[in-house]
Amino acid sequence: MADTIEFELVSPERLLLSRPVEMVVVPGSEGDFGVLPDHAPLISTVRPGIIEVYEGGKVTERIFVAGGFAEVNPERCTVLAEVAMPVGEIDRAQVEQELRDLGDDLAAAKTDEAREDVQAKIHVAESKLQAVATVH
Amino acid sequence: MATLKSLRTRINSVKSTRKITSAMKMVAAAKLRRAQEQAQAARPYAERMERMLGSLSASLAGSEGAPPLLAGTGRDAVHLLVPVSSDRGLCGGFNSSIARFVRAKARRLIADGKTVRILCVGRKARDMLRRDLGNLIIGTIDEIGRPSLGFHHAEKVAHRITQMFGAGEFDVCTVVYNRFKSAISQVVTEQQLIPFAPPAARAEAGAPDTDGRALAAYEYEPDEAEILADLLPRNLSVQVFRALLESNASEHGARMSAMDNATRNAGDMINKLTLSYNRQRQAMITKELIEIISGAEAL
Repeated sequence: MADTIEFELVSPERLLLSRPVEMVVVPGSEGDFGVLPDHAPLISTVRPGIIEVYEGGKVTERIFVAGGFAEVNPERCTVLAEVAMPVGEIDRAQVEQELRDLGDDLAAAKTDEAREDVQAKIHVAESKLQAVATVH
Repeated sequence: MATLKSLRTRINSVKSTRKITSAMKMVAAAKLRRAQEQAQAARPYAERMERMLGSLSASLAGSEGAPPLLAGTGRDAVHLLVPVSSDRGLCGGFNSSIARFVRAKARRLIADGKTVRILCVGRKARDMLRRDLGNLIIGTIDEIGRPSLGFHHAEKVAHRITQMFGAGEFDVCTVVYNRFKSAISQVVTEQQLIPFAPPAARAEAGAPDTDGRALAAYEYEPDEAEILADLLPRNLSVQVFRALLESNASEHGARMSAMDNATRNAGDMINKLTLSYNRQRQAMITKELIEIISGAEAL
């Protein structure tokens, strides 16, 4: 099967995935984009969302990423994720708890900077919840 | 000459020291393995990041208004040194070689008429530099890597650095750490973080730019400047993370070999002490025998 593209997903702590796949759908900050072999070279930022890996015509992996960068060239697609975990491993209750805590943090945040910081975290947590919702 | 009793206590105390050092060696060896794995696992990310940043900065090179994290402030007057050390001692020359390097570099910079500031990572660097460069130290970040080294530790350090850079407190930032070569050899390495030194410039002689053709053709989404603004602080954290990981692995390696030596030295010492203990014991027995025999002969 020659119609594959080398897909790599790396987080700062480890290399999560590195194998040839048929297609990946990456949540770019300007909209999702699918990467097939021979894609035009592209560098994009990634928003919190789900990376979908297609093999054999169907989704074989769904991985949540909390932002990062993607580099695409004809042979290879590399995603540098800040946080990455398979959607199946997300614990809904835990994320909801996290979200509640963050809500308190937001109320407690004094400077604009701190508020922005918390807001970003809330955004990530909300995306996580959405990711879980799409699966169940 | 020491008495038999004092020799005996001495031997016992060296024996218990040897037990401690050999236990520390085992612990360091176990931690070293983990640290080494962690450092290896982090390598792909840092490499990809550098590659991406390299192609970005190449496409931005020469254009006006490059972000200061990439281009620097245009001045070179205030240097920030970030020595990465450990919180704990008993790891051979690990911390002192860092301190020695920083001291020499600071002197050189000061002799060139530059201002030097030092941000210590790890308690030991501060302790060692406080005596002669105390007035240059502007802060210490410790409790790094406890309970285990994570990316958020690097972010903490990087955040502090960018904050200071944003406030215009320095022009050039260099991190000094022990690069892990092997369990018995660590190399003190300096790496300039700000302004960013693209890997292409560093490795130009070694590797010809194979994807030079592809570089020019990249599309950016959103545009280069925006990606760069995102990527640069991120890269800073990643580079700091790499330095921390290398340093962490080096620390355990250094401690392991230091403790190995200490254990061996303690063993030698025990042998020597035991020898002189036995000699003295025999000498006493002989002396007593002579006394008895000469006493019997006198009768």
